[in-house]
Amino acid sequence: MSATVTDQDVAIYALRLGDDALVLSHRLAEWAASAPEIEEDIALTNIGLDLLGQARNLLTLAGAREGEGRDEDALAFGRNEREFSNVQLVEQPRGDFAATIARQLLFSVYQLPLYAELTGSADEDLAAIAAKAVKEVRYHRDHAAGWLLRLGDGTEESSRRMQDALDRIWPFHHELFETDELLDRLVAAGVAADPQVLHRSWLDGVVPLVEQATLRVPEDGMRRPTGGRAGRHGEALGHMLAEMQWLHRSEPGARW
Amino acid sequence: MSTSTIERLVGAVPDPEIPVLTLADLGILRGVGEQGGRLVVQLTPTYSGCPAIDPIREEVRRVLDDAGYGEVEVKMVLAPAWTTDWITPAAREKLRAYGIAPPDPVTHGAGCGFMAAGPVRCPRCSSEDTRQISAFGSTPCQSQHACNACLEPFDRFKSI
Repeated sequence: MSATVTDQDVAIYALRLGDDALVLSHRLAEWAASAPEIEEDIALTNIGLDLLGQARNLLTLAGAREGEGRDEDALAFGRNEREFSNVQLVEQPRGDFAATIARQLLFSVYQLPLYAELTGSADEDLAAIAAKAVKEVRYHRDHAAGWLLRLGDGTEESSRRMQDALDRIWPFHHELFETDELLDRLVAAGVAADPQVLHRSWLDGVVPLVEQATLRVPEDGMRRPTGGRAGRHGEALGHMLAEMQWLHRSEPGARW
Repeated sequence: MSTSTIERLVGAVPDPEIPVLTLADLGILRGVGEQGGRLVVQLTPTYSGCPAIDPIREEVRRVLDDAGYGEVEVKMVLAPAWTTDWITPAAREKLRAYGIAPPDPVTHGAGCGFMAAGPVRCPRCSSEDTRQISAFGSTPCQSQHACNACLEPFDRFKSI
């Protein structure tokens, strides 16, 4: 590993990836007992469970590298929204089933090459977490792709709603591929995945699926929500964290 | 203390979600050693978020405590990542007899879910005329299927 990368740098990177997984896992858990059919209740919460497991591994790593004694729980339940570094894509309210599928498609097709790249990371712990996670995300991608095809190439109503969902969530994908000074250094040291490489893989993955589903690939407009990595979020994240964190904060150390 | 005795004790601990299988059957016991005078058992999780891991950890501690090994550390090791290819041939037969279709050998890059390739054999009547209901099931490691021949639904251990 290059000398220019510190434990602190890896901690910030692991926290970004972990926060993405944690916030999206909570959004998916909201579907428990609310999905269109029982198989989807099970599927969406299972995907959420995988993401929660990935988040636990990544947050644990972040806490260890940060070296301030914070464990996964301290990081998940003890931070305010401005301290969360997830992209805004994952915090958007779950919307209807089409909105959830659209987001799952954009996110899982991003996470697949992300973890695949990280299996070769110069950081052994990141590589180990990624090697485990990449197997899980293949199932997430196929789940989203399967529903995209069925809804996009389904009835007039399902196609209209799937297109609408895709159009709404599309602008949020840009933030996944942003870079900054920290990421540049981590990429140069072989620790992090290169956002440019990920963006190309993502387009190669998403575009054919959207076309196969007889949907239109949304055009990139001027609206590109950003700031999540620096802790700037929409209103929805605060509400979500209030629900997620209240028990831990009102009863610190509570156990079953 | 003998390593093989400890491995036998830990290996015999049943999986809390699929109790017909043991930790040895699943291939998740990664090793036994000693660190600073304390016994350390290394396990690897099947899925990142597998909820069975905590009860397994407790059970391993209990079994070794009962056998007189005292305070034991159970460590989770992620690399190399677990694969269903580590499930022993005998365990695959146990799964089938229990009504769960065993996993196929992992072929990298192969699809799953809606894009699954190859037939899944019914664990009850052995027919290959089956359909997948969902790629996700009652535990992270299983998918749901139904047999068109005997009409029974069944679970399958997913290949990862």
